Amino acid sequence: MTAPMIAPADTRLLLSGNEAIARGAWEAGVKVATSYPGTPATEILESIGAYPDLHAQFSVNEKVAMEVAIGAAMSGVRALCSMKHVGMNVAADAFMTFTLTGTKGGLVIIVADDVGLSSSQNEQDSRYWGRFGHMPILEPADSQEAYEMTKAAFDISERFQTPVILRATTRVCHVKAVATVGARTAGAKANFIPEPQRWVMVPGNAKNRLPLMAERDVAFAAFAEDTDLNVLDDGTDRRIGFVTSGPVALTLREVFPNAPIFKLGFSYPLPIERLRAFAATVDAVVVAEETEPLIENEMKAAGITVSGKDILPRFGELLPHIVGPAVRPLLGLDEPPPQAAPAKLFPRPPTLCPACPHLAVYHTLARLRKKVLIAGDIGCYTLGAGHPWGALDSCISMGASMGVALGMDKAREPEDRDKAIVAVIGDSTFLHMGMQGLLDITYTQGNVTVLLMDNSTTGMTGGQNHPANGQDLHGNPAPKVDFAKLVTALGVAEDRIHVVDPYQLPVFDRTLRQEIATPGPSVIITNRPCTLIDAFTRHQPYHTDEDACTGCGKCIDIGCPAISVARRETATRKNGREVELTFAHIDTAICTGCGMCVNVCASEAIVRDEIPAKEDCRS
Amino acid sequence: MTITNILVAGTGGQGVMTATEILSLAALAMGFDVKKTEVAGMAQRGGVVTSHLRFGEKVLSPVIPAGEADVLLAFEAAEALRCCHEVRANGVILVNTLRLAPPVVSSGLFTYPDDPVAALRATGRQVYAFDAGEIARDLGEIKLINTVMLGAISDHLPFPQDELKERIVARFRDRKPALAEANARAFDAGRAKARATA
Repeated sequence: MTAPMIAPADTRLLLSGNEAIARGAWEAGVKVATSYPGTPATEILESIGAYPDLHAQFSVNEKVAMEVAIGAAMSGVRALCSMKHVGMNVAADAFMTFTLTGTKGGLVIIVADDVGLSSSQNEQDSRYWGRFGHMPILEPADSQEAYEMTKAAFDISERFQTPVILRATTRVCHVKAVATVGARTAGAKANFIPEPQRWVMVPGNAKNRLPLMAERDVAFAAFAEDTDLNVLDDGTDRRIGFVTSGPVALTLREVFPNAPIFKLGFSYPLPIERLRAFAATVDAVVVAEETEPLIENEMKAAGITVSGKDILPRFGELLPHIVGPAVRPLLGLDEPPPQAAPAKLFPRPPTLCPACPHLAVYHTLARLRKKVLIAGDIGCYTLGAGHPWGALDSCISMGASMGVALGMDKAREPEDRDKAIVAVIGDSTFLHMGMQGLLDITYTQGNVTVLLMDNSTTGMTGGQNHPANGQDLHGNPAPKVDFAKLVTALGVAEDRIHVVDPYQLPVFDRTLRQEIATPGPSVIITNRPCTLIDAFTRHQPYHTDEDACTGCGKCIDIGCPAISVARRETATRKNGREVELTFAHIDTAICTGCGMCVNVCASEAIVRDEIPAKEDCRS
Repeated sequence: MTITNILVAGTGGQGVMTATEILSLAALAMGFDVKKTEVAGMAQRGGVVTSHLRFGEKVLSPVIPAGEADVLLAFEAAEALRCCHEVRANGVILVNTLRLAPPVVSSGLFTYPDDPVAALRATGRQVYAFDAGEIARDLGEIKLINTVMLGAISDHLPFPQDELKERIVARFRDRKPALAEANARAFDAGRAKARATA
């Protein structure tokens, strides 16, 4: 891999919040950076990986990522661990004890909350972790602050020997904004010093750390009162003063140009005396925070009168069109005339790609819909819940398909086993947290057929490498897990493990029917790569022979975006019954020639193009 | 303190985010404060993508306030209609007339509007509609469609069109001079076409 161009100090760059965090970490001399991909945090580690003089890796899950960062920080170097909000739930076990030992080298944990749920299964407020773990929370509003606060977080972490959380949101991570960057300072060299009283958390040692943590709380509360990360952005209209954190500060300034705004960059612990003094300078205080009423409740507990979630929503982003109408009535301001309603249009939900190997799985499951319960998981294949397949019965958390399927099986009586139970899971998700669930299935001999959809990448987050695709973060060769051997080792009988080419629909269909009809655990591994990675091979596209197409519509049922309805007709059969015929059209510009549809066409109406087609206008 | 608000819309995979990125870099080079934000769930998978670009002396929120987009650059006809209410009453809409029907339409669950461009014009906003794909194909390379779109918007920016053109051409000049030349032609063709369809 060629060395990246590194912008020199004092350059004005257009950086996403994620890129800005990466730059700040590199300048701060970070030595080890870890993560597991997850929207909106993925690009933090990817960007760090492009800098020299450090080690960056995607770990198999957030807990391992956290532990790798902890080991590095114990050794005295600066370490960073980034993840999406739900990743912290996975990492919490390690996190909640490392907050007790405290750190040696600076450890900064970046947690990216998907406020507004652009690509997540829930919305949770990671600022709670500061309260739970007795550690500071920093909250940037834009790229410049994300860059500066990342550097500040390392200094604070080392000064107080405590890990620090930098809490970002989608509206920081994925916004590109101007940031002026600085120069790098090399970090300390690793030097692990054995200190069992500190690093070996057995009860006797842990008890001695608890009073130190309480002392630390007091020290941070004092720091909060002094730090210039907390800023009063004053205004002349004293009727309402806002207390806020993160990108909401920008919303407020946009909507209320003259309001005093107390912006908490260091938002936990609160600088409660400064906030009390601020409240005394305005007629009323409104706390605007995403998403839980944390600052609000703590100010109220300190005896300061504020409003907050009584007028603002308790979930979702606090954008100008939300905050304005909620607050303007308090100022006696009229609402601007309502906007014209948006045009009523068809929805355009995200869908699977042409030639996506998951199409085969969901096409087959949809046909077996009445015979199976389908426990789902997190990844592109969660889209199997959508049109036209409707082939997913649950989606909870990373790896949950295994345990949920097993629970469905164990909950029922033998006579209720009219439906087979299937668990669908992707390769990266299986490595993340699926293996343990499968072990439970084999140990308790659950009647579950696992569809392990190995597409050789972490697809939904943009195609990150993992331990089973033979490449490291930089695309260099790496050891490669053999899934068939892995599930054998986890206790699945060898004759119940099948590696199948999903494009061979009849073979996949036959294998699945056979496995769901047989009791006990089984695993079917599909082995075609994601269409968006280099390992995918495009072939000459197909088109429909209009004269040969009988209108059976079977190819359309696959749900491939390249196949659409050309026309519909009603025909009368010999027995007098009317049937609806659906004739297909293949968009040769996006067809990649996988041939899945050829397998279901009885009339040989799908034929390969002879010359490259250049018909459509997509680029 | 004037802020220019540009909304770019299309579907996942069309290059909406890249086009907005190039516009952002041009605005940055002009010395403006710049913010760009996407409203894109799982954008890579064929869903709706809209990108907000704001620049001026000092930009606060990255999100364009409701109904205050100055220009809408739409890569697909129905997607223009979906967000045209975000454009000022005296704003400009530049729309590629391409019609991309998603599976829920082709399967008959929903219908695609008969004439999205007429519906756009009926809103009273200034509409420039053109087939960017045809222009790109005439130039011999369908991939030039994004540059055609950027050429089309170049007359509606508060800075010289050469600045934007330079951002595009500079991406190819050193490594692929032929592509630089082709992109320059696509830019000019898009610009001329948008002017002609006012």
